[in-house]
Amino acid sequence: MAARRTRPSKKNAPPAAVERPGRAPDPAVESYDLRLYVAGQTPRSTAALANLKRLCDEHLAGRYRLEIIDLMRFPTLARDHQILAIPTLVRQLPQPLKKIIGDLSNTERTLVALDLQRSI
Amino acid sequence: MRNGMAGREHGERMNTRTNTRTNARPVAPRGKSSASNGAGRGGARPAHANGAGRDRTRAAHANGARRDRARAAHANGGRATRRELQTIAKCPTGISGLDEVTFGGLPRGRPTLVCGGAGCGKTLMSVEFLVRGVVEFDEPGVFVSFEESEDEIAKNVASLGFDLPSLVSKRKLAIEHIRVERSEIAETGEYDLEGLFIRLQLAFDTVGAKRVVLDTIESLFGGLSDTAILRAELRRLFRWLKERGVTAVVTAERGDGALTRQGLEEYVSDCVILLDNRVVEQLTTRRLRIVKYRGSFHGTNEFPFLIDETGISVLPVTALALDHEASTERVSSGIPRLDAMLGAHGYYRGSSILVSGTAGTGKSSIAAHFANATCAAGERCLYFAFEESESQILRNTRSIGIDLKRWVDRGLLRFVPTRPTSYGLEMHLAVMHKCIDRYDPHAVVVDPMTNLSKAGTRTETNRMLLRLVDHLKTRQTTALFTNLTRGGGHLEATESEVSSIMDTWLLLRDTESSGERNRVLYVLKSRGMAHSNQVREFRLTDDGVQLLDVYVGPGGVLTGAARMAQEAREAEEDEARRQEFGSRERALEQKRVALEAQIAALRGSLAAEEAELAGLRRREQQQHRREAGARAAIADRRWADRASSPASRSPHRNGRP
Repeated sequence: MAARRTRPSKKNAPPAAVERPGRAPDPAVESYDLRLYVAGQTPRSTAALANLKRLCDEHLAGRYRLEIIDLMRFPTLARDHQILAIPTLVRQLPQPLKKIIGDLSNTERTLVALDLQRSI
Repeated sequence: MRNGMAGREHGERMNTRTNTRTNARPVAPRGKSSASNGAGRGGARPAHANGAGRDRTRAAHANGARRDRARAAHANGGRATRRELQTIAKCPTGISGLDEVTFGGLPRGRPTLVCGGAGCGKTLMSVEFLVRGVVEFDEPGVFVSFEESEDEIAKNVASLGFDLPSLVSKRKLAIEHIRVERSEIAETGEYDLEGLFIRLQLAFDTVGAKRVVLDTIESLFGGLSDTAILRAELRRLFRWLKERGVTAVVTAERGDGALTRQGLEEYVSDCVILLDNRVVEQLTTRRLRIVKYRGSFHGTNEFPFLIDETGISVLPVTALALDHEASTERVSSGIPRLDAMLGAHGYYRGSSILVSGTAGTGKSSIAAHFANATCAAGERCLYFAFEESESQILRNTRSIGIDLKRWVDRGLLRFVPTRPTSYGLEMHLAVMHKCIDRYDPHAVVVDPMTNLSKAGTRTETNRMLLRLVDHLKTRQTTALFTNLTRGGGHLEATESEVSSIMDTWLLLRDTESSGERNRVLYVLKSRGMAHSNQVREFRLTDDGVQLLDVYVGPGGVLTGAARMAQEAREAEEDEARRQEFGSRERALEQKRVALEAQIAALRGSLAAEEAELAGLRRREQQQHRREAGARAAIADRRWADRASSPASRSPHRNGRP
């Protein structure tokens, strides 16, 4: 239960705060605001994070913001944000809100879910 | 082993006693001695406290015994220990009747599955389980809803008098709404439901939960597609819940041919309760059945239950134990001669009395007398009227000289008039139960119980009355039921076949003769008391019911005018006989007088004859003396030898030798 926080801030994510500051206007067409909910450092979480990073760097370079929230540390957020499965990736922006659960090992599906690819 | 079993059963029963709250009533004598109303109430309360105290002692005793047995079992090799522990841990639900059916409640620290079709009360039952846990047992709870939001749930159960928001604000209850929207969720790769666990843990920690409800956890199957993961996670969830020692209630929709759609019973196997909502003859009855209860005895029947403004009430078909106390105290029937017929003292307290008879035989009047006598003794009476309104009963009883209004005004008598057809039997029973529990009467009148059969089938009515009688007997409440026997029906039978559970059965009957109908009453049975076997004529007068001896003679049983005629005839015959006797006596007297006179006359004549005889004798003697004197003088003159001749003897002898 020694929940070590996993917060390797990516790009312009604020270093320590979970509270996300207002969406930063980005020159790119669509700015992606992503949150990854994990619970401690489990292999699945680590895998999800690695998969996500790779994916973002490939498809969303420079126009995304990622926040990693460790529910072990901030359990109330699980309630507030209606998180059930771990890991869960939430696309806050662009609208509509999307939830992608799983370790994101299926890149195709993840891309479709994020609307980054039309179909599989 | 056999001994062990017996011991366990014993322990079980003890346990049940202490846990069934509704049954834990005082069996202390009600204040009959305290005649006044106020004193009666005051007297009853401390008795209640006493009863509770005794129950606690009993519980302590049972605990002690259980510990001893557990220790003994341990010494035996520990094989029985597991069994002991299983029977110990029960979590009372506080839901009226459910704890009786489950012999103490749900398995503590384990999950229980509540399943059933749509709208059969799963959510309500689980909410009540939590609310009662908080209110009655001080066990905080968590409600995890997969379907409805907090607001919706709070509103839904507010109609049952459950104030969820206030419990939430007191940190006694947490409502966790878990929304799973399939359209919002995409699944890629493996995941687990750690988020759910975190949320549960958080909710548990906020209130210190001892109880938890997962309302339709099967919704997860609708929101997530990877059933393999889901099943694994559910298995983990239930294990996790057990580890935390919370008593969980899991609800699930009933599936086709299976208890639940997703086969949840596979995971929740300790206790499964099935709810059902059935319509028979246009009347809906909710039913509950305990499909299984691992490691515990449980009622196996289908028990009707209902939902009303105070929540759920499960009605055990019969009391679980036939162990109500039998009082030897007597209560008056209100009719002195009827009391006399019942061993001089009336009914037993807590007994059930059946008054059956055809229409217009005066059943209600006997009931009114009983109600009147109960109130006059300062006790409370509850009158369930299924035929007449309150004012009608008051008017009718006034016409036979019983003023029930004064008791109503003093709060000793309460009428509950209900139309039998207004709702189903179960509802009737529940309403009656509730009224009885709230008003706490010493006596109950159900007039007439026959009408209830209009609300259900015969077997149902029979069962319902059985439950009612059981309930009343457990409470030591004297109950009087009137039963209308249909014309042509067998008199010594009740339509709902409840006569066997009645302690005293009064039968009222019409006899038709010489152009009039008259009522007769007799005691068909009366358990545990010497009772009269006589038929009494039963008359309704301005001063109430009067019982008269009927004429029983060679001409049969005569009542009414025929009885009066017969009585007059007998009186006349009596008089005639008396007169004849008198005249004979007089004649004899005269005879005696005449005889005595005769005797006197005879005696007189006898005396006269005797006197005459005496005179004769005297004259004769004088004659003798004179003759002797003369002879002596002659002899003197002749110088006769004086020595040889006694003078009195024949004078001739002297002359001859």
